[in-house]
Amino acid sequence: MSYLSDQLAAGQFVVTAEIAPPKGTNLAPALADVKKFAGITAVNVTDNQGANMRLSPLALAAQLQQAGTETILQLTCRDRNRMALQSDLLGAAAFGIENLLLLSGDHSKFGDHPDARPVFDLDSVQLLDMTAGLMAGFDMVGKPLNGVPSFFPGAAVNPAAEPFELIFQKVAKKVDSGARFFQTQSIFERDSLERFMAAMAPLNVPVIAGVLLIRSGKMARFLNDNIPGVQVPESLLERFDRARDPMAAGIAIARETVSWARDLCQGVHLMTLGHEDKIPAILE
Amino acid sequence: MIISELKPLEELQQALSEFDKLFLVGCAACATVCKSGGEEEIFKFQEWLVEQDKDVTGSAVIDEACHIMRAARDLRHHKNAVAEADAVVVLACGSGIQSISTNIEKRVVGGLNSTFLGNVRRFGQYEEMCSLCGDCILNETAGICPVTTCAKGLLNGPCGGMEDGHCEIDAEIECAWCLIYERLQNQNRPGVFARRVPPKNWSRRRKPGRHSLRNGGR
Repeated sequence: MSYLSDQLAAGQFVVTAEIAPPKGTNLAPALADVKKFAGITAVNVTDNQGANMRLSPLALAAQLQQAGTETILQLTCRDRNRMALQSDLLGAAAFGIENLLLLSGDHSKFGDHPDARPVFDLDSVQLLDMTAGLMAGFDMVGKPLNGVPSFFPGAAVNPAAEPFELIFQKVAKKVDSGARFFQTQSIFERDSLERFMAAMAPLNVPVIAGVLLIRSGKMARFLNDNIPGVQVPESLLERFDRARDPMAAGIAIARETVSWARDLCQGVHLMTLGHEDKIPAILE
Repeated sequence: MIISELKPLEELQQALSEFDKLFLVGCAACATVCKSGGEEEIFKFQEWLVEQDKDVTGSAVIDEACHIMRAARDLRHHKNAVAEADAVVVLACGSGIQSISTNIEKRVVGGLNSTFLGNVRRFGQYEEMCSLCGDCILNETAGICPVTTCAKGLLNGPCGGMEDGHCEIDAEIECAWCLIYERLQNQNRPGVFARRVPPKNWSRRRKPGRHSLRNGGR
């Protein structure tokens, strides 16, 4: 099984980070950047993140995996129908990629190709179901596979979203459909993670809490206004406004989040958006 | 009802640039109700054409332009005016435009874009609630269609972009899954939440659609 699944099974507190494929074919910077990710269990490779067209995450994840970096391949339903999704998953398995983060995906409206036709042939629950089927040796129409993939499928959740019961019924569906771990949307308040972990307890599926490095109050307000599912609370906005060194404040906030996440859940997912050099300071 | 709207005038100027004499066709059904191709709009369009130095040989508002045979019959009543024109401009939905284009040899210029199958909230305000998917789930979703009113057409609950019950693509729009959840709660039943909804059968929406009540439905 994957290193990530072994670490989670062993009760180790895992740390994941993420890298975006380039817009273009030059993989050198991404392959070099990932070496800077010290103390990381696995690296998420994002899939046309924010609906911005970039190189296939499968291609970058395959190269990283071959270079010895543990990856979590992100796959969204926005750009592929059920045939393309199955095909890419089998391709990922052929490259030795096991960890998956299976997502619906941000709407095309938000990205650099707003005129594109969004696909959403499947939703994230159905994508998980299909992945479980592939792992059992069958495609979506029940045809047997010659060579069966071994995956460690994960899913996403926004633990702070309301109404909580509505969000949680989907989490339960994802677990029923084979989600073996969760990575969360950026989390800012201990209470919301506590509430979520209490609900998760009977399901016994590890949770990796999303920690976003915010660099300034301006960035925080931009996130609130423009990024679906991200709400930086007022108390943190005030903290940025008071701070003489906003980056230092952002690192301190991320460090505090990691510290209470250690008490509550099974890992953290660091979103440092180009400031990967700050990861050691956040994990201090 | 089919919602339609006038194409940008610059686009129409371009499309009509090679013609001098035009016959105008409107529709008394949907295009009249959404004020894109009724008597009033045909009249206004005629005035605009005159401003563009075009001759209008005549006009007709067909009862239901989507009715192929009726459209043919109504056009025959205007045979001479149609014959005199270089092209026929149709202010009707895409169906209506094609009823006309299948009936006459003359060039047909569509003046409208058809946007969706709309419910009327109040006069002049239309909302898309059904996308004619051929595989209706409304009985499980308390009469609210997620295929249409969820921007992603998700079938198993809201996406991660839902914020305070609103949709990620437009904060003005309420999240379809929140509405479904609330209404099912009020009805005291789990509805669609009782099961994992499998992938949709899109073969029921294979294009082009055909439906016949003749010969045993084939």
